[in-house]
Amino acid sequence: MNYIGKVLKYGDNIDTDVIIPARYLNISDYKELAKHCMEDIDPSFVSRVKKGDIIVGGQNFGCGSSREHAPITIKESGISCVVAKSFARIFYRNSINIGLPIIECPECVEDANEGDKLEIDLENGTIFNYSNEKTYKIMPFPKFIQNIINSGGLMEHIKTQ
Amino acid sequence: MGMTMTQKILARSSGHDNVTPGMLISAKVDMVLGNDITAPVAIKEFEKAGVDRVFDKEKIALVPDHFTPNKDIKSAQQVKLMREFAKKMEISNFFEIGQMGIEHALLPELGLVTAGDLVIGADSHTCTYGALGAFSTGVGSTDMAAAMVTGEVWLKVPEAIKFTLTGKPSEWVSGKDIILHIIGLIGVDGALYKSMEFTGDGLEFLTMDDRFTIANMAIEAGAKNGIFEVDNETMQYIQGHSTKHYEVFKPDEDAHYVDEINIELSKIKPTVAFPSLPENTKTIDEIEDIPIDQVVIGSCTNGRIGDMRIAAKILAGKKVNDNVRCIIIPATQKIWKQCMHEGLFDIFIDAGCAVSTPTCGPCLGGHMGILAEGERAVSTTNRNFVGRMGHVNSEVYLASPAVAAASAITGKISSPESVML
Ligand code: SF4
Repeated sequence: MNYIGKVLKYGDNIDTDVIIPARYLNISDYKELAKHCMEDIDPSFVSRVKKGDIIVGGQNFGCGSSREHAPITIKESGISCVVAKSFARIFYRNSINIGLPIIECPECVEDANEGDKLEIDLENGTIFNYSNEKTYKIMPFPKFIQNIINSGGLMEHIKTQ
Repeated sequence: MGMTMTQKILARSSGHDNVTPGMLISAKVDMVLGNDITAPVAIKEFEKAGVDRVFDKEKIALVPDHFTPNKDIKSAQQVKLMREFAKKMEISNFFEIGQMGIEHALLPELGLVTAGDLVIGADSHTCTYGALGAFSTGVGSTDMAAAMVTGEVWLKVPEAIKFTLTGKPSEWVSGKDIILHIIGLIGVDGALYKSMEFTGDGLEFLTMDDRFTIANMAIEAGAKNGIFEVDNETMQYIQGHSTKHYEVFKPDEDAHYVDEINIELSKIKPTVAFPSLPENTKTIDEIEDIPIDQVVIGSCTNGRIGDMRIAAKILAGKKVNDNVRCIIIPATQKIWKQCMHEGLFDIFIDAGCAVSTPTCGPCLGGHMGILAEGERAVSTTNRNFVGRMGHVNSEVYLASPAVAAASAITGKISSPESVML
């Protein structure tokens, strides 16, 4: 499956407190949570984001707390994929576990600008940027992780075991 | 190839003779932890699996500590969900208000974690138990749910960085200054995906409270875990707190480290992390006058008895500055009682501090000390991200209990020495 969307670009060390501030963590309705996605770093995010859009971040994306609310909120807001130079590890596993594709690709991040259109092809391991017409290679997921994603997340994967 | 402490624990728990960095393993867990923010999400996921019992009733800990005693109706609903789940699943380690404490102070105190354990928790500061020579790491709610079903977790074997601590820290330097110094040195992603292993002859000068503080903030350097070599101090702590079986792992002589860093403890000065990242550190002598509005002394990083004693030593006979609110939160009921018996509360209250029942509260901007626009706090907590303690335009400066207490007295970021003339 290919993901096509426009880029919403952020810098390094985007932490889970700005992705979804703790003051909203008493909310258990995910749609309600999504109304506050990225609020403390980009109050216009919620009004700008369109279904399928792609967040592009710098280094250590998702650092901070273990709140799964962070990738859940991003996914729920319509984002199809997150591409970053690197991810914080708990955010990385949470995203895999809930079935939000996340990709490390420093070169693509370096070149991508706000509003660029990207197409991500997970099967073939490429990202195509329509604005500069460049193709970037991405590392395929290890088989174990691919299986979790293919099952639609960790809990689904466990059920198949 | 030889193995590090972390690799040895992971090998044992996954049934391998040897593991190497990058290997994906499925490991058995000795304890699974969740709190009132992460457990409700995990419980929803658990219910999706369609099983009617947990893998082991004794090996799950549920601690409602973040928004408790419940600050509003929504958070009360979340704890209710946890409480009912604990009852239904007959989980023995659910800690109600009145017995609870901040999870990472509570579990070691109750002896629920010991050396050699493999612990996962749906809370990033689960790495705290590395102080005991355990492998412990933060995961998310789905991981917690999966582990409650299967008793296992998938992990990638990390590479390791070795930190050799040597010498003796000077008087007002504690675990907090050491870890802030290290994070300032390597950055908030300086140990990304890796394990931080602490060893060296300097360990003998570090109390268990110092070590808990250091391991606690390994995540602030991006690490998967932080782990200390077990020594006499650790053994005494474990024997004094736990009846559980424990196992001591030493790194092999030829264990491989991607980096080896020497930290000379005698050279470390009281250190403060400026907004909005823990790596923005300055030593106390580099800091100009920065007026503050609030001081928080508490959290899973610095809410232990040793921290309370240092704060009391500095606040004794003094007054909190008129422009400052000073909030002190002992991390567990036991620490609370110790403070009470040792007369520390008299000191705090006479100085003009507010003392709270155990809670995470202001640490995550939950309740009990939220900052207004433009306000500044010196806090003994572990994160100073944008908006962490309140308004997006408020600021958090991370410091040791000694610096926090001194700053409460002067009303600006201050060295302990400056008030202990
Ligand atoms: S005290 Fe702060 S860092 Fe520690 S568990 Fe609570 S919210 Fe998290």
